[in-house]
Amino acid sequence: MTAVAFAPAQPGEPGLLIRARWAVSDTLTITRRNLLVWMRVPAYIVFTVIQPVMFVLLFRYVFGGAIPVQVKGGYVNFLMPGIIAQTAAFATFGTAIALAQELQKGVIDRLRSMPMARSAVLAGRLVADTGRMLVTILIIVGIGYAVGFRFENGVVPAILMVVLATVFGLAVCVIAAFTGLAIGDEESVQAFGLIWLFPITFVSSAFVPIQSMPGWLQAFANNQPVTYVINTMRALALGGPIQADLWKSLAWLAGIFLVFAPLAVRAYKRAA
Amino acid sequence: MTQINSGPHRSGPAILVEGLTKSFGEVRALRGIDLSVPRGTVLGVLGPNGAGKTTAVRILTTLLRPDAGRALVEGRDVVREAAAVRRSIGLSGQSAAIQEELTGRENLEIVGRLYHLSWPDARRRATELLEQFDLTDAADRPAKNFSGGMQRRLDLAASLVGQPQVLFLDEPTTGLDPRSRLGMWGIIRSLVAGGTTLLLTTQYLDEADELADEIVVIDQGLVIAAGTAEELKGRVGGDVIEFTVPDRDRIADAVAAISKIGDGEPHVDTETGVVGMGVGGRGSEALIEAVRGLDAEGVVTRGLALRRPSLDDVFLALTGHAAEETEPPGKRRRGRRKAGQDTVKEAS
Repeated sequence: MTAVAFAPAQPGEPGLLIRARWAVSDTLTITRRNLLVWMRVPAYIVFTVIQPVMFVLLFRYVFGGAIPVQVKGGYVNFLMPGIIAQTAAFATFGTAIALAQELQKGVIDRLRSMPMARSAVLAGRLVADTGRMLVTILIIVGIGYAVGFRFENGVVPAILMVVLATVFGLAVCVIAAFTGLAIGDEESVQAFGLIWLFPITFVSSAFVPIQSMPGWLQAFANNQPVTYVINTMRALALGGPIQADLWKSLAWLAGIFLVFAPLAVRAYKRAA
Repeated sequence: MTQINSGPHRSGPAILVEGLTKSFGEVRALRGIDLSVPRGTVLGVLGPNGAGKTTAVRILTTLLRPDAGRALVEGRDVVREAAAVRRSIGLSGQSAAIQEELTGRENLEIVGRLYHLSWPDARRRATELLEQFDLTDAADRPAKNFSGGMQRRLDLAASLVGQPQVLFLDEPTTGLDPRSRLGMWGIIRSLVAGGTTLLLTTQYLDEADELADEIVVIDQGLVIAAGTAEELKGRVGGDVIEFTVPDRDRIADAVAAISKIGDGEPHVDTETGVVGMGVGGRGSEALIEAVRGLDAEGVVTRGLALRRPSLDDVFLALTGHAAEETEPPGKRRRGRRKAGQDTVKEAS
């Protein structure tokens, strides 16, 4: 029937080394597939690139004038780290929706019935989405520069800010992967994403100084991870005290990975 | 196609299932089923939505763990030796599990890569399958532009990339138009001729009849009948006469008029006024008698016809109740079935 050399079921299990190599190659295959899909769907590009650009322009030119901040370079410098973090967080909508769709359409069933590495579907999804996120972040930094944003603290801290934003995005991605697989229905996943991502990014130090919020809201905004991450990013981009926020950010990110990575893996295994 | 089997139970059946049970909360999807499928044969698993067909397929393809019982595919346990089972099976589910944004060729190449073929081999295998499934012309178009039938063919092609020894097809023609359905039957027949063992679930008696060597009928998680298509049809009682009585008050007269013709009791649905009756192998002869009888009683009927026994008839004969359209919560993937939801009736 075919000329292709093909290995039929072998007795026994393949060795650890071969399995490790397969895990890597399977992850790359899934990554490649996800990036191909992303590039084919204009809506995805609009959602991940055009929307944050509109946010930059909106806050820079429409709301920004009314928001007083004590930051070197004015509101645009205050704004950009916040927008970047929010962009990274919102990019994970794509993660949750894609996984829910794959589940619904039976793609994940197909993959799970194949002799491929079980970790590859999730790993490939996270690698592709993190790459996509990094591209988006760099575009937003570019747009920021065009509307007057400047890194005021040197090149290395600027790079570290981008790295932190990406790691933060990856952490949110892991949560999104869990929700996508656990909920498993595209529309519900989307609605759920709105419910938690909007408050947690807007009720933070992303767009306005927290002191301008009512007291009860300050209590939340001051003590939630997005604020810690944005404050750290801001300190990296503009200079200023960083210690306290940096450690809290790292602790939160580590905590998120520790809790949600196993949950996402479990949801994948159970996604039946 | 060479079937080199290196499994430990080379001479045993390709699929062996013993006492398999699975519950989803309160719902007992499988209540202890046994199956045995000899190598190179086709088993048709027939049953209505929610009977447990998909649950059984999901267990056999390592997607779901059974609560009790055991299942072997090519002599390997689907729970303890899941990885080995996955190397010898192919699965094509109820919906086309393809990436619609990618082309047909890309879909197959990616599956090939995930079966750890080299890039050149993955490309070659994709080209072969596209040819075999008559998809060459559309190969480089995004799969979302494919017709339903083409998507299902692509999905089936994807399940064959790894040259499986045992193929599982879960309702392969549900939601397809009659022409695509016939095309799919042709493809499935050629696969079987190549020596692949096939387990096929279906809601359609004619499909099982057409493709399967053996048929098991599943209802509410139990095997309620097994045998060849002929044996099952014998139990149904052959052809069925069916008509509607618009005037509900005359149903009793109609039943009286035809009750002597049939093999058993006529089946009456008082709500819709539909009367049906098995007439064995005496199809057209019985039809004429029915027309005479009804005419003599002066009962007006609509849509009087002779038809082949349907799944509903099989169920009626085997269980005394009609094939119900129920979906257990165990099948949790909402929206997956969209297409074929109400096609049971059309199959008759």
